[in-house]
Amino acid sequence: MSTTATQTKSPFSLERGLQAWREEMDAPVASFFSSCVHCGLCATACPFQVETGDPKYTPIYKLEPMRLLWEQEYTLWGKLKGKLGMGKQITDEMLEEWEPLLYDSCSMCGRCSMVCPVGNDIAYMIRKAREGMVASGHAPEGLIAASVRAVNTGSPMGLQWKTLEVQIKHVETSSGLTVPLDQQGADYLVLLSSMEIINFPEYLEAITKIFDHAGVSWTLSKDCFEATNAGIQIGNKDIAAKLTQRVVDAAVKLGVKNVISPECGHAYTAIRWEGPNNIGRAYPFKVFHIIEVLDQLRADGRIKTEGKEMDRLSMHDPCNLARKSGVIQQQRNLMDLVADNFVYLKEHGKLQWCCGAGGGVSSNERAEPLKMAAFKRKKAQIEEVEPERMVTMCATCRTQLEEGLEEFNMDIPVVGLTEMIAEHLKESD
Amino acid sequence: MAVPNNPRKTLGESLRQHGVSRRGFLKFCAATASMMALPPSMAPAIAAALEKARRPSVIWLSFQECTGCTESLTRSFSPTVENLIFDVISLDYHHTLQAAAGEAAELAREQAMHENEGEYLVVVDGSLPGPGANPGYSTIAGISNLQMLQDTVAGAAAVVAVGTCAAFGGLPKADPNPSGAVAVSDIVKDKPVINVSGCPPVPMVITGVLAQYLTFGTLPELDEYNRPLAFFGQSIHDRCYRRPFYDKGLFAESFDDEGAKKGWCLYRMGCKGPMAYNACATMKWNGGVSWPIESGHPCLGCSEPDFWDAGGFYKALSVPIGDSGDVLLGAGAAGIAVGATAGIMSRRKSAAAKADHQPVTADELEQKL
Amino acid sequence: MITSMDFLLWTKGPMFQIAIAIFAIGMLIRLTEIFALGRRHNYAEARGGQLLPGLRTVYKRFHTDPGTLKRAPFDVVVGTIWHIGFIVALLLFIPHVELIKSTFGIAWPALPNPIVDGITAITLLGLIAALIHRFMHPVKKFLSTAEDYLIWGVTFLVVLTGYLAYHRVINPYPLALGIHILTAEVFLIVLPFTKLTHIFTSFVARWYNGASFGRKGVQS
Repeated sequence: MSTTATQTKSPFSLERGLQAWREEMDAPVASFFSSCVHCGLCATACPFQVETGDPKYTPIYKLEPMRLLWEQEYTLWGKLKGKLGMGKQITDEMLEEWEPLLYDSCSMCGRCSMVCPVGNDIAYMIRKAREGMVASGHAPEGLIAASVRAVNTGSPMGLQWKTLEVQIKHVETSSGLTVPLDQQGADYLVLLSSMEIINFPEYLEAITKIFDHAGVSWTLSKDCFEATNAGIQIGNKDIAAKLTQRVVDAAVKLGVKNVISPECGHAYTAIRWEGPNNIGRAYPFKVFHIIEVLDQLRADGRIKTEGKEMDRLSMHDPCNLARKSGVIQQQRNLMDLVADNFVYLKEHGKLQWCCGAGGGVSSNERAEPLKMAAFKRKKAQIEEVEPERMVTMCATCRTQLEEGLEEFNMDIPVVGLTEMIAEHLKESD
Repeated sequence: MAVPNNPRKTLGESLRQHGVSRRGFLKFCAATASMMALPPSMAPAIAAALEKARRPSVIWLSFQECTGCTESLTRSFSPTVENLIFDVISLDYHHTLQAAAGEAAELAREQAMHENEGEYLVVVDGSLPGPGANPGYSTIAGISNLQMLQDTVAGAAAVVAVGTCAAFGGLPKADPNPSGAVAVSDIVKDKPVINVSGCPPVPMVITGVLAQYLTFGTLPELDEYNRPLAFFGQSIHDRCYRRPFYDKGLFAESFDDEGAKKGWCLYRMGCKGPMAYNACATMKWNGGVSWPIESGHPCLGCSEPDFWDAGGFYKALSVPIGDSGDVLLGAGAAGIAVGATAGIMSRRKSAAAKADHQPVTADELEQKL
Repeated sequence: MITSMDFLLWTKGPMFQIAIAIFAIGMLIRLTEIFALGRRHNYAEARGGQLLPGLRTVYKRFHTDPGTLKRAPFDVVVGTIWHIGFIVALLLFIPHVELIKSTFGIAWPALPNPIVDGITAITLLGLIAALIHRFMHPVKKFLSTAEDYLIWGVTFLVVLTGYLAYHRVINPYPLALGIHILTAEVFLIVLPFTKLTHIFTSFVARWYNGASFGRKGVQS
């Protein structure tokens, strides 16, 4: 798929990639590259390295080309060495070799960033490195296709409003409630992810019920229902900004005070942390993950539940939610509300292990074997505590858990936390 | 002094004449043997040889010195075997000690040189202005030190450089060395030079070297600085009675603190014992009464070359020489200036890249599919 | 002829000044270059602060999380031991305290020599073990460059020559001490141009890491 060299018309080039990296150089990156001592501990934090045993999947090694640029152009010492003819050249071939390292074997879960003894935020740098990979034409086909679809159709999976409309009708029929559309001045604008709409339609029904129960004023927007941001996954801020702007425009148009990101990890980090920086200004509204909203409703006493799940449950914290966004206690509070027999995975919260599908890995067909390899770490964690069901709050994680557990013939269903809460709502009379 | 005893007398005769008992003499010989790392059984042999030794002619040249070395030898508390040995060598020229002055004195030197051609010993104390320096800085009877040394050494059997000035240049050579002082060994290349360093040297070390020459007619085994290994083979630190405190980590930190009163190690007060090679710790001074460290003062390392310039006397051995603080400040400021310049260039590079940013579009990406 | 005393005085005098000058210029260039790059303004609404979480991370990365300790016990235990040993020998050995006092005008209590001696011996063993591990461990071996072995050698030699000088194994002592001081000077000169910069920059890196996570409400 790498055709830059042969197709003269390609808009991407090595130089454009290097320019993108130059844009990304900042003090943290320089301090991180200055500090690595090749101790290799980040490898022990990476599910891709741990489960494949291949040293080339060591997180910091994935950044070697970008490190070379930093050394050669951003240190006096490196410039001097360059003048003396020392040091490797960054080439297209090199970037091609690194493409699978930066995309297929990294879910940007950030676990390495938590473990590195010198404090290198490796995931932060991987995100930056992907900018250069896109601009040099070394992004995986699957992610390119998803980005193009997201920009052109509004959904990375090419999902149309018509499809969602059918689902809304279905939810309304089954729940007897109305799904509010384009409600001017609603408190919350609810976003969805295409994967959720296709794989887990029960989510929409669940929030419809919960918000009705708690008396929350909310709405969907016909202009923009998609929460996910393929631009973040492929690692391009221009695409990311375009997609973020759609959400901002929809929210501003409806005059909402808050935007709710669905049960999707990267959508949340994309809109919560990256979005304002992609568009270069702060939002006139707040952004929450659905779990944050539910926990706030619980704390305010607006959610009344009855009954508890009696089977042995455990929970997978999505990396984007827990480690990368600090939403950790909220899902625990909600679990306490509805689960009687809850057991933590041994490493959970900010040190949980990635399911293996995040950071665009699940949109990159080529990465399928690595994705399944990385899942083995999660599988081992699950086996340690032997739950009867797993709970999570990210559609990508949930899909990966379901596929992975099935692959290894483990009969452990996976449920979304929002649905579980919806099932325990006290009937109002 | 110039005409002390009958030159025909042997050392033994001379000693007995001075009332030194045979027992006292043998004790000296035993000590000499042990210092020369000879077995005690050699003591009688040394005694026998010394008894029979004829007084050799010694010419003592004093250049840029303070007379401390001569004082060390002669100002003993009571007559000792050490200074008696001096009585029984034929000290034919020593302008501090001799009665003769002026031309008569120089005549005595020339006479001794002439009469003992090839056999006399030259003892030098003090450094001398080197060949490149103004010879007028130090002259005797109108003769420059350099000239006198070269003339006198020409017919000598060996040269003994007594004291750190003669051995290594000493105080006159201390930075900035205004007189261009050099050590004897810088000038004398064709005769054996034995350095007996120290400021001043332990008297018995001087006589010990002479004793060996008298006993065996040989010169002692020397270290890398041409010092007799028997006396300079071990460091003060290795022989120091306060060493156990160093090993235990017990240190005096000022001259009147508890550690000083308890006799703890003086390393932190600047003791140069670890790098000083001398016999003070074993032979002591003033007839074995005491020595600097025993008196509570750190060793200055006076037997070592350039001890004047080897950092402060009261600064620990590990402390660098020179003002490191200023160097750090200066270099640090330079580093910040250069780093800031380089950093601003880097920033500009990134800013330029941002300014030239070509947004990636879906259409561009689509071309890749 | 250059004698061992000439050598010692050269290492304690001009060479020391040269070494600290190169070290100070080099290291401050590195640090200034880092800070001059700055960070982009962050428009996302913060969930937490940066300063304190950053400082907490600076401290917290001295402690390894239990999972990593279990997966890489050798790295963590041996790495911690020799790092601590190196720092103790560097900062708490009496001659070094005297050196620091004379250079920076600050001093602190030192440890008794026999304790530093024992710690130094352990540090040497730790460094040897770390080198062997680097040769054997697939990830470490894969990552290692010539520079990694160079800085191992430079670090090891400083400790080894110090140990030999303390035990007066090399004679005469001015030679032993001079060699030790020279290796320390080589260490200082090499430091700003190699990964030894982590001695300083890791604190910066940790802070940025902690600040970035802290802003998002996570203590990293």
